Amino acid sequence: MTNTVTRVDLADAVNREIGLPRQESGQLVEAVLDMISDTLVAGDSVKLSSFGSFVLRDKNGRVGRNPKTGEEVPIDPRRVLVFKPSQVLKERIDTALSKD
Amino acid sequence: MIKSELIEKLAEDHPHLYQKDLEWVVNCVLEEITQALERGDRVELRGFGAFSVRNRPPRQGRNPRTGEAVAVKEKHVPFFKTGKELRERVDGKG
Repeated sequence: MTNTVTRVDLADAVNREIGLPRQESGQLVEAVLDMISDTLVAGDSVKLSSFGSFVLRDKNGRVGRNPKTGEEVPIDPRRVLVFKPSQVLKERIDTALSKD
Repeated sequence: MIKSELIEKLAEDHPHLYQKDLEWVVNCVLEEITQALERGDRVELRGFGAFSVRNRPPRQGRNPRTGEAVAVKEKHVPFFKTGKELRERVDGKG
């Protein structure tokens, strides 16, 4: 059974683990995500040790094709965000899920 | 930007908190995401993105040096899909 974890769950964890008030915990979770986002938007990558890195890649423009109609469509050069999980994160997840 | 720099910048915006507290907050958020993925759960953060686990089925690999067949076990790998808002913002369209 797959559950979905959201901002509320992260705020609950901050409240529970650190003991900061609920409302402030929510605001801090948002502040962390905003800080990561704003840094990336400014063009800088974000490296979080033992978790992973958010890196920016500049993609060249190319000619794409609509797979349904075969029509050629120009794809503009663009900047995309890629998450590269750290070795620690990859190992923790694979170990936890390989047991059963 | 690395984690310690992220914490320092957060501290500038939250002068009433100790830097240690903010370090705990950042680590707590990352740990909670990691534990969710360890359970095979999805982490959905609207506007930012979603973390999930993808399964790579077991396959018959080959040692590229000797050409010998080797069994490669099933693998579970973390995956991040950038949210719409952040995707547009990093591309200068937000």
